[in-house]
Amino acid sequence: MSSIPLTHILFLSTALFFIGMYGLFTRRNLISMLMSIELILNSVNINFVAFNKYLYADKLDGIFFAIFIIAIAAAEAAVAIAIIINLYRSHRSIDVEDATEMRY
Amino acid sequence: MIDFFILMKQELVIMIIIFALLIIKIISDRSNEWILNMVNFLLLINFAAGFFFGKEGMLFNDMFRTTPLTVLEKNILSLGILIISLQSYSWLKNHKHVLEFYILLLSTLLGMFFMISSGNLLMFYLGLELSTIPLAAAANFDLQKKKSSEAAMKLIISSAFSSGLLLFGISLIYGTTGTLTFTDITPHITNNPLQIFAFILLLAGFAFKISVVPFHLWTADVYEGAPVAVTSYLSVISKGAVLFVFVSVLYTVFKPLSHSWYNMLFLLSALTILIGNLFAIRQNNIKRFLAFSSIAQVGFILVGITGSSQLAETSVVYFVLIYIFSNLAAFGVVSLVSAVTGKENISDYKNFYKTNPALSWVLTIALFSLAGVPPTAGFFGKFFLLMSGAGKGNYILITIAALNMIISFYYYLRIVKAIFMDANEHPIEKLFIPTYPKMAMYICVGGIVFTGLLSYVYEFIQSLVPGV
Repeated sequence: MSSIPLTHILFLSTALFFIGMYGLFTRRNLISMLMSIELILNSVNINFVAFNKYLYADKLDGIFFAIFIIAIAAAEAAVAIAIIINLYRSHRSIDVEDATEMRY
Repeated sequence: MIDFFILMKQELVIMIIIFALLIIKIISDRSNEWILNMVNFLLLINFAAGFFFGKEGMLFNDMFRTTPLTVLEKNILSLGILIISLQSYSWLKNHKHVLEFYILLLSTLLGMFFMISSGNLLMFYLGLELSTIPLAAAANFDLQKKKSSEAAMKLIISSAFSSGLLLFGISLIYGTTGTLTFTDITPHITNNPLQIFAFILLLAGFAFKISVVPFHLWTADVYEGAPVAVTSYLSVISKGAVLFVFVSVLYTVFKPLSHSWYNMLFLLSALTILIGNLFAIRQNNIKRFLAFSSIAQVGFILVGITGSSQLAETSVVYFVLIYIFSNLAAFGVVSLVSAVTGKENISDYKNFYKTNPALSWVLTIALFSLAGVPPTAGFFGKFFLLMSGAGKGNYILITIAALNMIISFYYYLRIVKAIFMDANEHPIEKLFIPTYPKMAMYICVGGIVFTGLLSYVYEFIQSLVPGV
């Protein structure tokens, strides 16, 4: 059975990272921006798990790091959504273009 | 077993305070006055506890390390949070959710302590997240204000993005070195392009947190929108903590890359000072003004960091200590004025001296120290930073920094001029200063005067910093 080479997986994770970055810069809806950030974090998870499996299979550092990232991403999303709900209450919108109380 | 408690004493004290506050929240229904007295007392104990039972060592398989320097850095941050707590008395006195505010603030402080003590990238990341996520919730603490929720949104989105960049960098470092422990990473770092890319991502993550120029865009908006107590916390404590970690990570873990990061820091620091200064000139809101001035100050700190010597690390810790005193003195006056009158514009401060001479002098001394006028501590702090930057012999950078100090004199002294010289029909009325903010101001002014004049402080820090 031939396995998938590491480079393919790294290509996937890097693509996912930059898709997330692109989404964060172009989307104007806060929930979509949050989803883009999740994409970035998941690309990091893929990186960690792949490196651990292919290169350093004797220790579990990468897997543990991925688990911690998943937990913290959940916490971050919870706080971010609470803030977005509060923003919706005060601005009646979750579009970043409408949140322009402060500018240069 | 006893070692465990002594090595983690500062973290354990903070944890005990957090749990005590949670229990008080559940079982009792005391007045704000009582709560504020108690919390200030607990924070004083927390600060004092840092001085006893010093010990050096590692815990948790080298994930957590305690050295005399980390103890000192944590003490500096504890002192800062005590001053902020004393200052926010007038704002929190009538607030509905006092205990929650302190719980959020102390959780971020706990995260910073873990981050400073981290000996492993996982521990570092966990500390960093624990110190940023509750801070975004705290920025939203004026729940009714539109600006406050907008500031919190900007803070959480940009800090989540920056930690994404940081994590991608960490994952590449893990991929190229196969370990997460700081001491094991260093021998594996070579000038391999993938590692330099990973380092750039890490640097970007750090730069977001300390608001270095290409990554500074969130700073001014968040500082303006957040409540003043949170703004002063963001500008002093969280920046100081990340700076401490940044210096130690650069000097130990990424020492093999020092040639590459020297050039990056050269560019970033020159840009940061220049843009921070130029934007500070055109601000009218005093919180925004202090935000841009704090960006410029970080630029000076980066000049010091480029020195990469024992002197450089000493001068960074010393400058952060001075910066805590001088910036908190300025924010103390601003928070008092904004809590009582709601005025936050520089033009409102015209002829402030006529009605509030004591507050005017505090603000003036703080601004002199931020600008770096000789008898105050700020002069010595900046002098040591520039001197350690000059150690590398790059006089272009030092010239840029010195010229920018002249620009910074202009905008700091503009406020002093407004306070003392400008005519104003309706200056801010005479303010009553409650006991706690008054104590905070005494501490700050005392710190500004004495940390500069007593060379003992600098020598003490230098004796704790490990040679590079």
